[in-house]
Order: sequence, then C-alpha cells, then structure tokens
Amino acid sequence: MAAPVTGPPPSPTPLAAGSRWRAVTGSYAFRLSAVSAVAVAAAIGILVYGNPAEPGTRGFWIIVESRFASVGTILVVAFCHGIATVIFHTVTNNRILTPSILGFDALYRVIQTALVFFFGAGTLAATDGLGKVALQSLIMIAFASLLYGWLFTGTRASLHLLLLVGVVLGMGFGSLSTFMQRLLTPSEFDILTARLFGNISASDSSYLPWGALVCVAVGAVVWRRRYVLDVVALGRETATSLGVRHQREVMLTLVLVAVLVSVSTSLVGPMTFFGFVVAMLTYQVVGTSAHSRTLPMVVAVAAATLLLAYFVLRHVFYAAGLISVIIEFCGGLIFLVYLLRKGLR
Amino acid sequence: MITLHDVAKTYGDVHALGPVDLEIPTGGLTALVGPNGAGKSTMLTIVGRLLSADSGRVTVGGLDVVTSRPRDLAQRLAILRQENHFVARLTVRQLVALGRFPHSQGRITRADEAAIDTALEFLDLVDLQRRFLDELSGGQRQRAYVAMVLAQDTEYVLLDEPLNNLDMQHAVSMMARLRRAADELGKTVVVVVHDINFAAAYADRIIAMTEGQIRYVGTPAEVITTETLTDLFATPVTVVDGPGHPLAVYYRP
Repeated sequence: MAAPVTGPPPSPTPLAAGSRWRAVTGSYAFRLSAVSAVAVAAAIGILVYGNPAEPGTRGFWIIVESRFASVGTILVVAFCHGIATVIFHTVTNNRILTPSILGFDALYRVIQTALVFFFGAGTLAATDGLGKVALQSLIMIAFASLLYGWLFTGTRASLHLLLLVGVVLGMGFGSLSTFMQRLLTPSEFDILTARLFGNISASDSSYLPWGALVCVAVGAVVWRRRYVLDVVALGRETATSLGVRHQREVMLTLVLVAVLVSVSTSLVGPMTFFGFVVAMLTYQVVGTSAHSRTLPMVVAVAAATLLLAYFVLRHVFYAAGLISVIIEFCGGLIFLVYLLRKGLR
Repeated sequence: MITLHDVAKTYGDVHALGPVDLEIPTGGLTALVGPNGAGKSTMLTIVGRLLSADSGRVTVGGLDVVTSRPRDLAQRLAILRQENHFVARLTVRQLVALGRFPHSQGRITRADEAAIDTALEFLDLVDLQRRFLDELSGGQRQRAYVAMVLAQDTEYVLLDEPLNNLDMQHAVSMMARLRRAADELGKTVVVVVHDINFAAAYADRIIAMTEGQIRYVGTPAEVITTETLTDLFATPVTVVDGPGHPLAVYYRP
C-alpha cells in the first residue's frame, strides 16, 4: 500500500470540553456546507459588489443579470475540472496526474485548429453553432478515448512514463496547433483565436446553457456510478474479483472526462493545474476516498476557489482577465512542491 | 467444484502453465505448493479470472469463468492477490464494505452490515474498523483484505500467498482463520503457500507443481514425503514426524 497520507489523522478521543464543537466541525456535512457557503458568498459578491446603480433599481438588476453569465461560466468550469480530475484519479489509480496535465486540453486545441485548417472558417461559420460544437466534442471524445484508453488499459505503465508521455503529447499537440495556425489566413486565425482563448469575463455565453446541460447529464451518470467508482479505485484485480468490468468502466470514465474537459475548454480555454489543486484540497478536506463524499465536495471546493479568486481579482485588483494566469501560477507551484515532497506514487 | 480442462498459458516464449487438467472438490482447504516459477500463481489467477488462459476452459461451481456474467461470478468466487496497491484512502470498515458490492451494488443493506460485522469479527478487526488502511501495519492490512474477501461471502475463496510478509504469529493466526473459514463457514479455500510446513499443517489437499505442470495431488500425508519433496524442490528434504503433521526439514542438506 502506497497511499499518501492526505487527510487529517483521525482525531484522538476528544476531551469533554469542546468535543461537541469538534464533532460538528469534523463532520462532512459541516465542511460541505462551509465550503458551499464560501462559494455562495463569493457568487453574491461578484453579482452585487461595486454595482454603480442604486440597489433595487432596474439598472441594478440589468448589471446583476449581465454578471450572471460570469458566475454561470465559473460554476460550469469548476464542475468540469473538479469532477473530471477526481474520476480521472480514480480510474488511473494516482493522485498527481490530471487530464489537463496529460494534454487533454492541448488535444482540444489541436482538434479545433485542425477543423479550421482543413475545412476553413467559412464552412464552420456556415454550419449551425450547436451542431458544430457537438461535432467538435464528438471528435475530441473519440480521439481522447482512443489515445488515453490505449495508454491506461494496456500493460500497466509506470506513472513516470505516463507523465512523460503526457508532457510530450501536450507539447506535440501544442506545436502542431501552432504550425497549422501559422498557415491560416488572418481572418481564419481570428475566428480560431476567439474559440481558443476564451476567458471567464469574455466567454461565449451562448454555449453556456448547453455546457450546463452537459454537466448535469454527466454529473447524473457519474453520481449513479459512485459506488462502482469506489470499486474501480481498488485497482483492476480487486475490481474484477468484485464483479466490475474494469476496462469498460475505465473507458467510460475517460469518455466522460473528455466530455467535461471539452466543455470547460470551449468556455474558458485551458487551465492546466486547476483540477489538480481542487482535487488535492478536496482529499484533504474529506479524508476518505468514498465518491459519495468526494464528488459533491470537489464541486463545492472548485466553485469556491474559482469564485473567490474571480471576486478578488475583479473587484479588489481590477484584473479579472488574469484569473487563469494566477491560478496556473499558484497551481503550478503547488504541483511542483507536492511532487518534490511526496514524489511520484 | 473447480475444474480446469486443458488450460495453458505462455508469456512471450516462456511456457508458464500447462496444459493442465485438474479438479478441486468442493469444501476444505487446498494448498498449491512448488518452487518459484512453477505456475502456481498463474494457475490461481486464471481460475480467479484475473488472467486469461491461452487455451482451455475453467469452471468454478459450474460457471465458466470467461463467459459468465461478472456479477454472478463475483457472488460465487473471490480472489485476493498478494499485492494490493491503490491510492484510495479508506477505513478498514469501508474496505470490508466494498466486499459486499457483488450483492448490494454499493447500497449497503442491513444484511450487508451483518456480513461486514461477521467478517470484521472473524479477522479480529472490530477495534480497528475505524482506522485508515495507511495507518495499519502490514499484517493488519493483510487481515483487512482477507476480511473484505470473506465479506464477499463467496463459496470459493482463492488467496495468492496470504502469508507473505507476515511474521510467525500472524502467519499462524491467518492459516488458522482460513482453516476455520473452511470448517465453520463451509468455504472452498485455495491458497498458494510458500512454506511447505504450513501446507502440511493446515491443508486437506496439496497440489504440487513444477514447471507449469501438476506433479502430485493428495493429502499432506501422501505428498509430504522425503522422496516427493526432494524431487519437487530439487533440493535434499528430510521429512520427520512432527507434532500432529509431517514436518519437512531442509535447512542444512
């Protein structure tokens, strides 16, 4: 057993004084409510703070409504990254590599670029918006399941090898995208850039309802399978002994991960380390790995983190566009520290 | 009954197993013994459907291990490998509860709780049930895995070297518990053991293998003899009369 110690040690028998308080703060329900409360507070802050109009007037509500899109986008992105990372960790039996670190969103970028490159921006713009997004997502899902399905279901590769493969694939996809982008006409490049470099303040909100719908659907599937995922987390052999078709579950999960990553990336662009950070925080807060606990918590933690960061950057530092940069910077640092302290396990 | 018909397996060009034909009757404790690389674990993992054979057919309690529904199979047959690496962080009770998955699909019923309690008591883990697995010693963790397998409540239990990394005290109590599982719970237990004397002391049946072939099948009294063991392990072994069971002595030829 090489499980890293990620949770608080079980509290020793508490003394009479303060024991009730500790029992309350230690309970899962309390922690989930506390994290959710932070998320709700930050969301309300984003909606109403610094609103120039008089509260209650029509102008006030118009501004609040326009900010709803940002909050909605953040919620969808937080959901996608949080759930995708946790279920990816489960089926790959590690707590370090995330879909983004292994190049899932680089794959998204190269597919977007290739579509514009081979079919031209005109054809893409002419086709119906939703159908196009659906088609792109399908291609992304097919590629991701093939590639990563092959990586994770074949002979058991070491984490070092997977990390290396992921980094190389990410770089390879990146260079391929850059190469094709150089050959595009400026107008095509412009259209492509608009799709690739989304950010939270300026995301294309027309896809938001569809993104939310996909999240609800994927969320329902994952939640229904939460016990199966608990078994899959025990590894191929134990899961097989317990009557779970391990390979099928891994492939299904990788497809769901690809769906979530493409939704998130199409809304706000790549965020490499966000999933890693929120999954880490979640394991710390929850203690156990039971999916009935980690899944709700990771959504709450991801939403609280992203909403709070957005609120602080937008209303305190007036630098809302920088949010991915800051998250990547801090997340990358935490990732490095974690790697250096715990090693690859 | 476990039957193997014409089962063979090769890794690359290394001939690992067979072809072997074998019948293991229902009930009792069967020990698979033999030198390293004899194919014991390969045979056990093929029977436990963790490894697919190149040819042949395996049935456990009448179910074909390749074509039967995984869930049906998991209610009849459980297998525990010697290495269980996973990063999930679970308490002993959570792990044992996962053993009920084939029956409850995760929604623990009152009957499941009872089976979990029984398994925890059987392996003397009641006091440790709230502890996390990564806080346990190797022997305690091994017991937790065996408790999970017992909670699965299958007629057939296969264990690949359950005594690995256990000290004298824990090895003895583990074998005694497996013996009780066969006697009191009526299970058909098949174990791979390295220490031939444990097989001599606890097994009803010994299956001895070398080089992917089954060489001897019989009761301990039939298999644990000077000639058989010397031939099997290719090293001089003297069998003496021990207290209650024959004892193989091989430390100084």
